[in-house]
Amino acid sequence: MPAGGVLEAYVVPILHGISTTLLLIALTVLLGGTLSILGAAARRSATSWVRGGAGWYVELFRNTPFIVQLFFVYFGLPSLGLRLDPFAAAVFAMTLNFTAYGTEMVRAGLDAVPPGQRDAGRALGLHDFTVFGRVVLPQALRSVFPALVSQVVITMLESAVVSQIALRDLTYEADLIQSRTFRAFETYAVATGIYLGLSLVLRRAVGRAGGRLLGQGLG
Amino acid sequence: MEFTLWDILRNLLLAARWTALLSAMAFCSGGLSGLLLLALRMGGSPAVRRLATAFIEVFQGTPLLMQLFLVYFGLPLLGLDVPPWLAALLGLTLAASAYLAEIWRGCVEAVPLGQWEAAAAMGLHRFRQAQLVILPQALRIAVPPTVGFLVQLVKSTALTSIIGFDELLKTSNVINNATFAPFTVYGLVALIYFALCYPLTMASRTLERRLALATR
Repeated sequence: MPAGGVLEAYVVPILHGISTTLLLIALTVLLGGTLSILGAAARRSATSWVRGGAGWYVELFRNTPFIVQLFFVYFGLPSLGLRLDPFAAAVFAMTLNFTAYGTEMVRAGLDAVPPGQRDAGRALGLHDFTVFGRVVLPQALRSVFPALVSQVVITMLESAVVSQIALRDLTYEADLIQSRTFRAFETYAVATGIYLGLSLVLRRAVGRAGGRLLGQGLG
Repeated sequence: MEFTLWDILRNLLLAARWTALLSAMAFCSGGLSGLLLLALRMGGSPAVRRLATAFIEVFQGTPLLMQLFLVYFGLPLLGLDVPPWLAALLGLTLAASAYLAEIWRGCVEAVPLGQWEAAAAMGLHRFRQAQLVILPQALRIAVPPTVGFLVQLVKSTALTSIIGFDELLKTSNVINNATFAPFTVYGLVALIYFALCYPLTMASRTLERRLALATR
């Protein structure tokens, strides 16, 4: 029996780890979601270098492992004078990674909205900005919503590697517990079960939030 | 001791061979077990189907890092002493089989139901229906997403560095500790992964376009 009891030794650290993991994904979805919309707009820009730049960004981040992106941000960027603490580095890397996938998904959604919708909005005398924000974008997001939800879950699961830069997420707390108890398998089995629960809850929560934002009846 | 850029790059490229080898082996073994899983998922008794579905959902709903840890720390509990490379291969095989089975199920279900019925009307046994009629059609649809999954698999191998397999990322950590040039080292590592993955991405996209033209 550990000093301070089971609660102190295992439950509190694990709850703390869960809250860090959830905070990471919440910030990533807010920041990355917004940037994905901007990225998708850039991918459809009339200016070729904006289009090309956004395209290369997407390819670069989708064709390299997240853990390498994380190490580059955390260990590599200080050489350029950008020194981030583990939490900021994790949010930064996760946001960059999520945005690359999100940009492609939102772009596919925008491509799927019939051009007549935009024309109809304009014919009603709406400003271009309003047409995009109130007419085209909601329809685009609805059509790719299931893919976006899956990407949120994938990003949350990939965030397990932020433990490698000593950020105290769920995996890091499990690392600490197994190094004290020498019960690695049992500890990681519990952590795995928690991640499974988190991915189910997250899928449902994001689905519900999306339903409220974009209207019911999402696929 | 001084390290030139060429020293760093050469050692990284040598280590990238292990990344490529692990990806190829995990793809082969994951593909075979994925095929088995697909057969159980679609053709087994209801209990077997549910079990196969649960297997797939667990592997898609938990971090790969946890799966690798469970294999690496779990097998010694069974009295098996596994080296990191074997734990890495086993973990990736299990994960790949779950993903591939799910991708391929979509491809099999994309073949119209009438094809099964027509094959049954020809008097073929269920297994022969799948083998002679459905799979050849499903295979064509399956190639682009399978190549796309290879990209994910190559990227996944980077996590095996954490359980101590000496692939590209593990080697780069060692080189970084010796050279104190993280910007260069991790920048090059990212470029090497990109060089491995981007051609696969392009191939997947080209195959998809070709398939779309052929089935239009």
